Amino acid sequence: MKRIKLETIVDHSVLIIGSLIMILPVAMLLQMASTPDIETMRNGPGLVFGDQIPANFEKAMFEASGFSGENTGLRMLYNSLILGLGFAIGKIVIGMMAAYAIVYFRLKFATLAFWIIFTTLLLPLEVRILPSYEIVQKLGMLNTYQGLIIPLIASATATFFFRQFFRSVPEELIEAARIDGAGPIKFFVDILVPLSRTMIAAMFIIMFVYGWNQYLWPTMITTDEGMFTLVRGIKQITQTLEGTNLPEYGKSNILQIIAILPPVLIVIFFQSWFVKGLTESDK
Amino acid sequence: MAQVTLNTLRKVYPNGFEAVKPASFTIEKGEFVVLVGPSGCGKSTMLRMIAGLEDITQGDLQIGDRIVNDVDPADRDIAMVFQNYALYPHMTVRKNIGYGLKNRKIAKDVIDQKVTDAANLLNLNDYLDRKPSQLSGGQRQRVAMGRAIVRDPSLFLFDEPLSNLDAKLRNQMRIEIKALQRRLGVTSVYVTHDQVEAMTMADRIIVMNGGEIEQIGTPAQVYHSPASTFVASFMGAPPMNLLDALVAENAAMIGGQTIAQFAGHGPVTLGIRPEDILPDPNGDFEINVTLIEELGAHRILHATWAGQTIMVSVAKDVTAETGTMHVAIKSDALSFFDAQTGRRL
Amino acid sequence: MKRAGFSIRWLPILLLLPQLSIILIFFYWPAAHAVRSSFFLQDPFGFGETFVGLKNYTSLLKSSAYLRSAQFTVIFTLMVTALSLSLALLLAVKADKVIKGAKTYRTFLMWVYAVAPPVAGVIGLVLFDQSWGPLKEFFGLFGWDFRLGVDYFDTAFAMVVISVWKQLPVNFIFFLSGLQSIPKSVREAALIDNRSASGRFWDVTFPLLAPTAFFLLIINITYALFDTFGIIDTVVKGEPSNNPMTLVYRVYVDGFRGNDLGGSSAQSVVLMVLVLALTVFQFRMVERRIHYT
Ligand SMILES: Nc1ncnc2c1ncn2[C@@H]1O[C@H](COP(=O)(O)OP(=O)(O)O)[C@@H](O)[C@H]1O
Ligand SMILES: [Mg+2]
Repeated sequence: MKRIKLETIVDHSVLIIGSLIMILPVAMLLQMASTPDIETMRNGPGLVFGDQIPANFEKAMFEASGFSGENTGLRMLYNSLILGLGFAIGKIVIGMMAAYAIVYFRLKFATLAFWIIFTTLLLPLEVRILPSYEIVQKLGMLNTYQGLIIPLIASATATFFFRQFFRSVPEELIEAARIDGAGPIKFFVDILVPLSRTMIAAMFIIMFVYGWNQYLWPTMITTDEGMFTLVRGIKQITQTLEGTNLPEYGKSNILQIIAILPPVLIVIFFQSWFVKGLTESDK
Repeated sequence: MAQVTLNTLRKVYPNGFEAVKPASFTIEKGEFVVLVGPSGCGKSTMLRMIAGLEDITQGDLQIGDRIVNDVDPADRDIAMVFQNYALYPHMTVRKNIGYGLKNRKIAKDVIDQKVTDAANLLNLNDYLDRKPSQLSGGQRQRVAMGRAIVRDPSLFLFDEPLSNLDAKLRNQMRIEIKALQRRLGVTSVYVTHDQVEAMTMADRIIVMNGGEIEQIGTPAQVYHSPASTFVASFMGAPPMNLLDALVAENAAMIGGQTIAQFAGHGPVTLGIRPEDILPDPNGDFEINVTLIEELGAHRILHATWAGQTIMVSVAKDVTAETGTMHVAIKSDALSFFDAQTGRRL
Repeated sequence: MKRAGFSIRWLPILLLLPQLSIILIFFYWPAAHAVRSSFFLQDPFGFGETFVGLKNYTSLLKSSAYLRSAQFTVIFTLMVTALSLSLALLLAVKADKVIKGAKTYRTFLMWVYAVAPPVAGVIGLVLFDQSWGPLKEFFGLFGWDFRLGVDYFDTAFAMVVISVWKQLPVNFIFFLSGLQSIPKSVREAALIDNRSASGRFWDVTFPLLAPTAFFLLIINITYALFDTFGIIDTVVKGEPSNNPMTLVYRVYVDGFRGNDLGGSSAQSVVLMVLVLALTVFQFRMVERRIHYT
């Protein structure tokens, strides 16, 4: 048998400690969601898992947290899905179209369009949050899905990403396709889109997670409880924990878990696409 | 099959660079023409203008009986083979070959038949359902050929189609392409920077340099009577020796010795192919061999002659040693060029 | 642009239209609006506005609360960036080295990427809870009476810890993929040239990772400035009062809660300038790097 080197033990120890630091805090939420609230209130998070998860899950999904009775977990989950999907799909479709126009057409104002679009990479939404809010308000889009999604799309990350990718596609491909009689739409549909499949998947994961996890913008734009997303609802949920006799720790914590579950699962299961999307988008 | 006529065809890129200076020539029906020249001389630009992938700045291009300057590439009745093959990576070999036909709205069973025929011709039957990434370089090359063939074009265009293959495969594909073209009889324009390809494949060679056509001629013409010092040094390996000579009293002289009779006066450049300098103990000329390159079938002697370096090619059974050596010169194989312009005199 | 690009006119315009109109309405308009508002004083009841020149800016510079936030932001950004980069590098180097379980470790160390910042904030609330927070109790063992939301330093400490935790995965992923893209031949050459593992790391691996590290530096600064909003907002439970806050959080608090539109716009403009400076710096560094290689 080979002697295990001390170095290997150190390496694994570091990695195990690192992994525990990443996992334990979330496991703690799960533990609290499985324990009766009264116990949590007395002792905080413990080591033993209880049997309350199904009950808390039901409460979280179907019992409203606010006053209007509209923001049940189910409703918030639905809104989160719309935000995540709408954002990801919108951004990819719009970005691919724009990138296609910039890379594959002889456009007089291509450079101008390029700069107009790519300047948006410089300023995140957060620095222009108030005026954006005012404009959405002026347009009557508060508490709407459009108001929630479209302003978030107003940055060119996906466009930039696809532009980079399209540029790396060999020149000869469009030339061969043109000789083969493919026009601009056919070339896009028959060749460029299938060729970009992995890129689209990678982008989709990054964008879905990004959209799903939005907090500041939904906090400002949605005041109507029926429009809350899970992530946006968190603040209200934690606030209801304050000043009650028996805070609903179980329900609150299972909502946190539900809020992170879809993006976490996507990231874990489509890990290689996710890593590709993250490292190649270079923002 | 089509005749192709270029009438003062010129290309200036948007940045103002003149990649092709006005060029005129005609390619006959069924002819195999090779455009050869160093990289960057404008060969691809010329070919791409013929294909319609590049706008024509000036002049007319006629394929068959119509002027096609403004005709879309797909409607020029051409097929093109690219250096990197430009296969569609997500499509199978079958779909790659058939894509152009599908876009022409040709019936599916006709497409299938044509693809199968092309695959038979190119030995691709076993690979029809593979993706390009599962093929070897030579097979991809064949698929690219197949894609060109199925369209029954009246003109084949090749842009350095063999550059990405290893030496052995390149020789083999060279022969295959040539044989295929003979069989199909399709007019072809073939671009390469490799003079061996040009010599072996062409019916006629067009030598280009710096956007200009230096010479148009059969391989033999280009080799034996180069139109300029550029052609002389570009075609042939090792290249033609170019020596400074002086013409006086109807004789061309190097190092004070008369080489050949030649009318005129003043300095000229004299061209001699390495194989036209013959080792001969009784030869009139004395060279100093400094290095011997062994190539198996023959040897290349690097030598100096009257202070100028030359190369001499000798057969393998000729004994050669470094040091002084006597040689004779085939005086009917000499070329003379203007010392200033480099044009043939 | 591709050399054989299509020359149809209307199609590219049509393709660009959605992107351009969204950008014009939701990017350029608000950005211009922010710049404009920063020179005006808004009536709190919405009845008009008065031009006040640079007054919003000068009063920012005079506001001790603002300067305190600026100071906190700088320290916070430095701490978060330095800590999460170095920890991630350590983990990435180890994860790149081990053979057994490499995939599992990778998954464990990166999945937190998908956790929303406010959820990370909630985790912080639990960990540092006044009555039974595990970390609070742990620090109590050393006589540190941790008071989240009450003590300025303790709150800032908690914000840094959570922000580092949340950012670790991104840095880890980039470092790991940077390490994995170092050619095997280079590693083998280093193995022959240098006996010491740490020597090899600092002489060969680290310089090759430098571009990744520099890129991450920018990413982390941007993260600390902007993306920590959700963490901060949950940790202070929406009650900024005396708690530390970043500049971005202050834009929101002053403008959205405090209704000081002019002041908040001036703050936005300051942030824009900051981000632009950062980007220019980034471009210049990237350019220089290209010159070297
Ligand atoms: N789109 C372009 N814009 C400007 N110059 C170009 C462009 N394409 C090619 N060139 C230049 O034109 C010359 C000829 O190019 P090309 O025809 O590709 O040469 P070859 O195929 O003979 O190697 C080169 O010097 C090249 O740099
Ligand atoms: Mg070329």
